[in-house]
Order: sequence, then C-alpha cells, then structure tokens
Amino acid sequence: MREQIEGSQAIARVVGMCRPQVVCAYPITPQTHIVESLGLQVKRGDITGCEFINVESEFAALSVLIGASAAGSRTYTATASQGLLYMTEAVYNAAGMGLPIVMTVANRAVGAPINIWNDHSDSMALRDSGWVQLHAADNQEAVDLHIQAFRLAEQLSVPVMVCVDGFALTHAVEEIDIPGQDQVDAFLPPFVARQRLDPAAPLTIGSMVGPDAFTEVRYLAHQRLRRATDLVPAIAAEFAGVFGRSRPGLLETYRAEGAETLVVAQGSVTGTLFDVIDDLRDSGVPIGAVVVTAYRPFPAVLSPTCCRGPLEWSSWTGRWRRGPAGSWRPTSARLCDRAPRARRSSPGSVADP
Amino acid sequence: MPSTPVRFYQVGSFAAGNRLLDPSLRTVQSEQGRTNSLTSGHRACQGCGEALGARYVLDAAMRASAGQLVVVNATGCLEVFSTPYPESSWQVPWLHSLFANAPAAASGVAAALHAQGRDSVRVLAQGGDGATFDIGLGCLSGMFERNDDVLYVCYDNEAYMNTGVQRSAATPPAARTATTEAVGPEPGNSFGRGKDMPRVAMAHGIPYVATATVADLHDIEEKVTAAMAVRGARYLHVLVPCPLGWGAPPDQTVRLARQAKESGLFPVFTARDGEVTEVSPIRHRIPVDGYLRAQRRYRHLFEPEERTEDIARIQAMADANIARYGLLDPPQRGPQ
Repeated sequence: MREQIEGSQAIARVVGMCRPQVVCAYPITPQTHIVESLGLQVKRGDITGCEFINVESEFAALSVLIGASAAGSRTYTATASQGLLYMTEAVYNAAGMGLPIVMTVANRAVGAPINIWNDHSDSMALRDSGWVQLHAADNQEAVDLHIQAFRLAEQLSVPVMVCVDGFALTHAVEEIDIPGQDQVDAFLPPFVARQRLDPAAPLTIGSMVGPDAFTEVRYLAHQRLRRATDLVPAIAAEFAGVFGRSRPGLLETYRAEGAETLVVAQGSVTGTLFDVIDDLRDSGVPIGAVVVTAYRPFPAVLSPTCCRGPLEWSSWTGRWRRGPAGSWRPTSARLCDRAPRARRSSPGSVADP
Repeated sequence: MPSTPVRFYQVGSFAAGNRLLDPSLRTVQSEQGRTNSLTSGHRACQGCGEALGARYVLDAAMRASAGQLVVVNATGCLEVFSTPYPESSWQVPWLHSLFANAPAAASGVAAALHAQGRDSVRVLAQGGDGATFDIGLGCLSGMFERNDDVLYVCYDNEAYMNTGVQRSAATPPAARTATTEAVGPEPGNSFGRGKDMPRVAMAHGIPYVATATVADLHDIEEKVTAAMAVRGARYLHVLVPCPLGWGAPPDQTVRLARQAKESGLFPVFTARDGEVTEVSPIRHRIPVDGYLRAQRRYRHLFEPEERTEDIARIQAMADANIARYGLLDPPQRGPQ
C-alpha cells in the first residue's frame, strides 16, 4: 500500500514484516528512528516471537546477534559511522562464521571532525570484511532491499549490510509502497539455520584455525560472496514476481543506450544524477548512468564498460584522486577504449561530466 | 548426550569421589556418567588450573541442566588449547566469537533460545581474567544490568597467560609479569587500588555471585548447582593457579589455590541480590609469606634481600579480607 512515510519508519515496518527473532538497539544518528520503531513494534506486540535488546555499545549489539544467529534465530540491527567502526571486530567475525545477520548502515561520515551528515566512509571502511553490501538509491529501494537481504543472507550464509544514505534517505518523507505481510511471507520463508548451537547435536563454532587451513576457509568465504553475484539478480527477479516491482539486482543503467559517457554512482545521489542526465540528454550530450546496487560483491560486468566516475561519496586520504569506490578502476581501465578518469564529485557538482 | 566412561583415582576428602561419602553427596567428577564436557586430549599445560576448573564447572552445569547447556567462550588459553582445528575437546555445543564479547554473545544465545521457546536450554559463558576484568567488562556489565539468563564464569589466573604472562587488572600487587618485570625500585606489579570483580558483579544487584577455587571440588560443584537453580545473570569467580605464569611446579596448582584461600588473599563467599549471604571460613590460617615464597613471580620479594614492607602490605590485604568477610569466624548463614 502506498504511504507517505519517512524512510526509517518504512525500513522498520518491513524489517518487522520479515519476522526477526532477535533485534539489538544502540542509538547513533542517523539510524535511531529505525530501532526506535522496531522497539515500539515489539513492545506493542506487532512483532511476535521477537526479543528486542537494548545493549551498551555497537560492539555488543553485533555480538549479541552473533550469539543469537549461531543459536538459530533471524537477527537484525542498525548502525552508522562511529558505531560501525566501533563494532568492526565483530563485523569481520560475523562474516568469518557465515552468520546470516542483516544490518542497516545509515551511511554517515566518520570523524574527526565529528559529523553526523551523510557520506559513505563508514561502510567503505568495512568493504573487505566479507559482508554483502547493498546500496539503496531511494527509499522504495531501501524497503525492497531489506526484504531481499534476509533471503540472500540466509540462502548463502553470509551477513548482509543494507546501506542507506543518512538523512538524505533515512529522514526523507516520501511516497513508498509498503508491501503486505502476506507478500513478505510468500517471499521469505522462516529461517532454518544451516547449523546451530544445539545440545542434541553439539557443535564447536569458532575454533582456532592455523595457517594450514586458514587460507582455505577464507577462500570458501570468497566463493560464497562470488555466488552472490548470481543470487542477487535471481532474488531480485523473484522479488519482482511477488511484489510486482522490478528491482535492479546488482546494478541498473539509466539512459545508457548510445551513451558515450556513463557516470557510475551509488546511493541517493543517483536521483540528482538522473535529473542532470535528463537535462544533458535534452541538450544532445550522449550521457547515461550506471548505478551500483551491490558494492560487495562488486558486479564484475562493469569492468569492460567505458565509464566516468565513479562519483566518490567518501572522504579518503593517501591515494591521489581515488577513493574506495574507484578502486576497481585500475583493472577496468585497461579494458576500456578510453582511459577513464576518477572524479570526486558532490551531488551539487555532477553537472560537469 | 553420550558420556565417556572414565577411570578415576580416589584419594582424600578434597579429591574426586570420596568413597566414604554417601553416594548422594559425592561429586559430579566421581560419577562414571559424568559428561566430560571438556574431554581429554586438549593442549593445556601440565597442571593447568583453568582446564581443571572448566571441567569441574561444566560437568556440574551439565548435570544441573540435565545436559541442556550451550557454552560461549571468550578468546584465551581455554579457547586456544581446546579447539585447534580440526580438533575440539568440547562435548557441549560451544561458541567462540571474540575476546571481549563472550557475555554479549551469550546474551544473544539466551535471547534466541527464549524467542524459540527453548527456555530449558541454559547458557554458560566463560573467560579468563583478561576477558572479564579488562577487555570484556563493558559487555559483562551490560549482561548483568539487563539480568540476562546467563551464568558467567571467570577463571582467574591473575594475568594474560595465553599471550605470555602480561599484567591484567587481576594481577596482584608485586607479582612479576612480562609487562611488570621484577626490576627497578618497585619490582613487579604496582600497588594499585585493584579491581574487585565479585564486588563489581554484586554492585549490579544480580541474583547470584560466588567465588571458589580449584582446591575445593565440592564447593565449586555446589556453587555451580546453586547458580544453575537461579534464572537471570549470575557470576562465578574461580581462582585457577597457572604453573607457567605463577612460576610453580604443576603439582602445586591445587595447593596454591588452597593457600590463597587459607591466607585470606582470596576470600571464598556467596552473595545473593548484592548481599553476602555465606562465607567459606579459613580452616587453617597461614601467613601470606609461605604462599608468596612458593611462586617464582614473587621471588624478588625474598631475593636478594627480603622486601619486608611489600610483604607486610600484602599481609595487610589478606588481613583486611579476613576482617571484612569474617573468614575466621564460624560459618555464617543468612544475610550479614
């Protein structure tokens, strides 16, 4: 049903429909509205069979979910910025143990200087932690990605981060199609853990692994993420069948036909970008866009394309003209006819391709 | 779950299975059907107090929970020596996540079990003094404050032994560690104000707090059983001497634990809802001198010359414990 609703409230509504069993909350701007709403839903009885736990830090938030997921429950939390970095050790740990936790990152800059506003520095810092990272371009996509995230996480046994631009999306009120519970139930079956802590069949989870097997274990984790490049579009297609909305999967293109320049971007900046491309197309400039939804695993299909950008939306240091989003360029540049140039842009300065 | 039959050797009244006792009073360790939760073949050092303590605690917890137990372990010696992949010594469902988060992960396991309607499965978290006093204190305090249904067991060997004997907040004054060497005008660990973890736990008002040592098997098992009879956050603090870190022969582990208690340096007591309800009195009081002399980590207190002032300060700590808990008085029952 279409509603005029804040992004965070919409995300919390659909997360609730995904029937999580353990949800952790630790406040950090700009994700707080999400966990506030989930706490209310649990307390009011809208979400049943769910434990909502107020913890003492982000590190504890993810650690509680690690225990809960290992015990066989569907788990969720949300964080941002300093909070994501504060739980870094647990972020890697959850991925290493293949626990299908879903976490919203309301993307926010990382201090110092302390800054509550949006950029992608936080999730980019955890780029190689082994989580799937999905970026929402708008709030409808944020809603849809969360439902798909649980499917993907549980089907692959990997944790999934849904990245939603802080304030630009989390606090934006817009018209969003909120699905029905029956639709979500049809799409997302109850969680059956691949292995769980159970006295009937004792398992050792998290043992000490030396160099003889460590590389093998990490390689298997890498293979799981690679399988996501097939599974993300497959789940998106299935989502379209159930919810009647086509979703981009790994990436989407905008007015790419006949384009001589493709601007690569991710997150909420794409709305502005599409407006600019429309203007430029109207004045005869052959330009289009590629919007990266799955940043991890990175859609390999991008490599042979001649692209401008990507539009970096993280602050970075120590690497000339390249931030984390552009780090795929060295390999893809060789495959391009025209050597692309990395370009750091803010949403306001995209109009100069 | 299946049990491994074991043979055991029966000795005096403190050891596993006194055949003179009524069968109902015998220890879990003396039972043929004990679970061997931490089974043999692990890689702990000879005389490891922590391995001994963990086996005592978990077998008792398994009996108390009728085998319905999940264990969460912090990083440390116990985790490393028990699970060199692809081997595991654990006969219980066992999770290790990180150094600092065992209490939080255990809270998560408990929450998941509750959400699944499986409240009959109990959760026990365990870690060393580093995981408990230092790096994991935030998560532990959170678990206590929420009164999550977890029994947390601290195996206290008074330093970071797994990484090579470095000082922790549990390291006693004057003790030599790799980061508090026995050199300079104040050799060994400094005389700080200490961190009294059982009191920290009690300050949260949680339903059950107790201390014990590996020298008294009956006492440990009774306390585990009592703790498992309670719902909510519980804390058990077990003194587990470390032959490597303390500098003592492996066959002295149990004796040192007993001396720590009998000198008053390690008070053994029970507290419920934040109040001390029972103390284990000193049976044969000894001065701290003999306890300190038996350990190489205190050698600099006696060589090249005796540091009488330091020894007197340590004796004063023992005396203060004796006075505070009434350790020389007859056994006390009920709230103090």
